[in-house]
Amino acid sequence: MGLYRDEAIVLRTQKLGEADRIVTLLTREHGQLRAVAKGVRRTTSRFGSRLEPATHVDLQLHTGKNLEIVTQAETINPYGDVISRDYQKWTVASAMLETAERFTSMEHEPALQQFLLLFSALRSLSTSSHDASLILDAFLLRSLAVGGYAPSFSQCSRCGASGPHRWFSLVAGGSVCVDCRPTGSATSATDTLELLTALLTGDWDSAETSTPRARREASGLVAAYLSWHMERNLRSLPLVERV
Amino acid sequence: MYEGVVQDLIDELGRLPGVGPKSAQRIAFYLLQADPADVRRLVEVLTTVKEKVRFCATCGNVSEEELCRICRDPRRDTTMICVVEESKDVIAIEKTREFRGTYHVLGGAISPIEGIGPDNLRIRELMTRLANVEIKELILATDPNLEGEATATYLARLVKGMGFTVSRLASGLPVGGDLEYADEVTLGRAFEGRRSLEY
Repeated sequence: MGLYRDEAIVLRTQKLGEADRIVTLLTREHGQLRAVAKGVRRTTSRFGSRLEPATHVDLQLHTGKNLEIVTQAETINPYGDVISRDYQKWTVASAMLETAERFTSMEHEPALQQFLLLFSALRSLSTSSHDASLILDAFLLRSLAVGGYAPSFSQCSRCGASGPHRWFSLVAGGSVCVDCRPTGSATSATDTLELLTALLTGDWDSAETSTPRARREASGLVAAYLSWHMERNLRSLPLVERV
Repeated sequence: MYEGVVQDLIDELGRLPGVGPKSAQRIAFYLLQADPADVRRLVEVLTTVKEKVRFCATCGNVSEEELCRICRDPRRDTTMICVVEESKDVIAIEKTREFRGTYHVLGGAISPIEGIGPDNLRIRELMTRLANVEIKELILATDPNLEGEATATYLARLVKGMGFTVSRLASGLPVGGDLEYADEVTLGRAFEGRRSLEY
């Protein structure tokens, strides 16, 4: 493809050789890409902080033999810098970046929705527009929805009977009615389900009024639902600080 | 493929960081032609380094004894502790000859995405040290990247209210660089940390 430009969010960085790094990027047009940033670890590198995780950048890339090569980078939004000054936000952002990486694992396959979702979540996190823990749960739920695993909270996920229903099943994909519930279904409080629905649909006004107990329960359900569908646990999720 | 032991040597050398198959082959042939005494010296050093070198009981730096050279030195100011990620960083700071205090090597930085949390680093040892010794200043000298920054933020929050000064190394423009190539975050920090010039 030669030289091309794209907008990206840096998901992860890995050291390569003496002073280089491999950066995993989620781009607006080309989906997930892995690119080499040469000399980025030197203090005099012209890339500086532009290729740090969670940074929103405008890039010029060159197609290399195996990986892309970053030839130019300009910061659009330095979200990472703001986020790393608050430890809780940093752990939340790490979980979001890891989730986005997992959901877009096919390189070069456009993933615009996932990109926009991550972009808005990082913006909310850096401007503290909502509680960090709620932003994470909303992001995880919507990532699942974009990936085709949208859980159902308002009706039974098996027979479609309208709810709310008391039982929640990971296997069935959300709330289940008394007749459909498989063995091992968890019971959940009505306000937890209301919170989950609000987070999935972006109803922040009602999400912000939720009780700490509902938030704790919702976080637990979201984490369990996510690891069930991803078939592997996220490494960063247990390290997230929930206040 | 070479025969037996030559190929084994190439394979072993090829496992070292930054050494590719071609370099491994070059080093192997250099060793084959080198003076036996030189090779013996290399072998001795390699064996000794694995046998003798361990980590300092106080700061976690590499050392040949229970305590490292810096922790043993009575001229060092023990009321100042400089927290770094790796032993390599101790050497980098020592070269500046600016710091006369002691160090604490964490063994990395907090990186949730790699599964490294506070419990995987030598943070507990640092807290024990801070509780037992009189401290005036704790200098957080983790790398100036996001993981290093987040680790410094975590440590600063952890030691809040312990009654000593907590400082972070300054970030700014590298000496020998051009201002126009500085990225926004670095330039922003350089502005934040600017100092007055008074003669």
